[in-house]
Amino acid sequence: MAQVERPLSPHLQVYRLPLTAIASITHRATGVGLGFGTLMLTWWLVAAASGPEAYAGFQWFAGSFLGLLILFGFTLALSFHLLNGLRHLFWDAGWGFDKVVSHKASVAVVAGSLALTVVIWLLAFIL
Amino acid sequence: MVEFALPKNSKVGTGKTVKAKTGAKRVKAFKIYRYDPDKGQNPSLDTFEVDMDQCGPMVLDALIKIKNEVDPSLTFRRSCREGVCGSCAMNIDGGNTLACTKAIEDVKGEVKIYPLPHMPVVKDLVPDLTHFYAQYASIKPWMQTQTPAPTRERLQSMEEREKLDGLYECILCACCSTSCPSYWWNGDRYLGPAVLLQAYRWLVDTRDEGTGERLDNLEDPFRLYRCHTIMNCANTCPKGLNPAKAIAGIKQMMVERRG
Repeated sequence: MAQVERPLSPHLQVYRLPLTAIASITHRATGVGLGFGTLMLTWWLVAAASGPEAYAGFQWFAGSFLGLLILFGFTLALSFHLLNGLRHLFWDAGWGFDKVVSHKASVAVVAGSLALTVVIWLLAFIL
Repeated sequence: MVEFALPKNSKVGTGKTVKAKTGAKRVKAFKIYRYDPDKGQNPSLDTFEVDMDQCGPMVLDALIKIKNEVDPSLTFRRSCREGVCGSCAMNIDGGNTLACTKAIEDVKGEVKIYPLPHMPVVKDLVPDLTHFYAQYASIKPWMQTQTPAPTRERLQSMEEREKLDGLYECILCACCSTSCPSYWWNGDRYLGPAVLLQAYRWLVDTRDEGTGERLDNLEDPFRLYRCHTIMNCANTCPKGLNPAKAIAGIKQMMVERRG
């Protein structure tokens, strides 16, 4: 009898991902985002080294709506990646694997990164 | 490799619907993945309505009832019906668990039942576990010793024996491995949570003397290090075990060995 090509059972289509899994993929996504976001920081440094005109161009972009949006997203991604990165350090040390603890830590990371972003931007506007 | 969509031959179509008998008061709908290799068609999702007043409390009770009374072609593995054999592992209501220990009333609305995720399907709810078992064999899941056999048993203290708690209970149902996205994308080379938990079970056994070779075998970017602490394994284990923690234990042993 000829071997039938077996179908692959559904995976992402049917699996209800727990919060820890969502935090995990967000960690990777923010990492990639930070890589691209660093291009803007590079532009900032290059502009600062190139002289007043180049710097004025950067300042104009950073102050525009799109520029602010990118910077805000960068801050949010950085906060999340930082806090979740700390969690990875704890994991590497062997702590925080309990089901309940890891769920609570996920909630804390999400809440903490939102709070950290708001604080950074409030400070940025006040100072 | 990461592939989010299902291959063409695996897309799930809509199947038949079997209504409950008239007069049934507490009706629960079961949507069950069906695939018949003899038909040459894509898998489909059949709906069976079950009268809960005439059915046992667990998902496995409903499956057996459907097979007995409605559709004898419905195919699934089962044996002990009390959560110790691991045969009836499947994806129920979006999570992997044992049909025999999953209460129907814990599922809100219709009960969706699929085979364990991202596995080749033999028929209906029966996945092909050949590769999973081969991976298990690859970690040599038996005691290895170099010292001459003693005249009596190899003894352990109470504390040494306690190290195996949370590990020896694993029944190799494959719920955790098939819940793991890393295992979905790299299961050909990544050993997955279940097999790694078993590997750790032998690594921490004080009677075992094969620790060095065991670690050598696991020291590999794929076999061990595809674990990214996604934690689906610990969240889904029907026995309440924590494979993620066991994997972290192996990683720590790797670091300690390097000195």
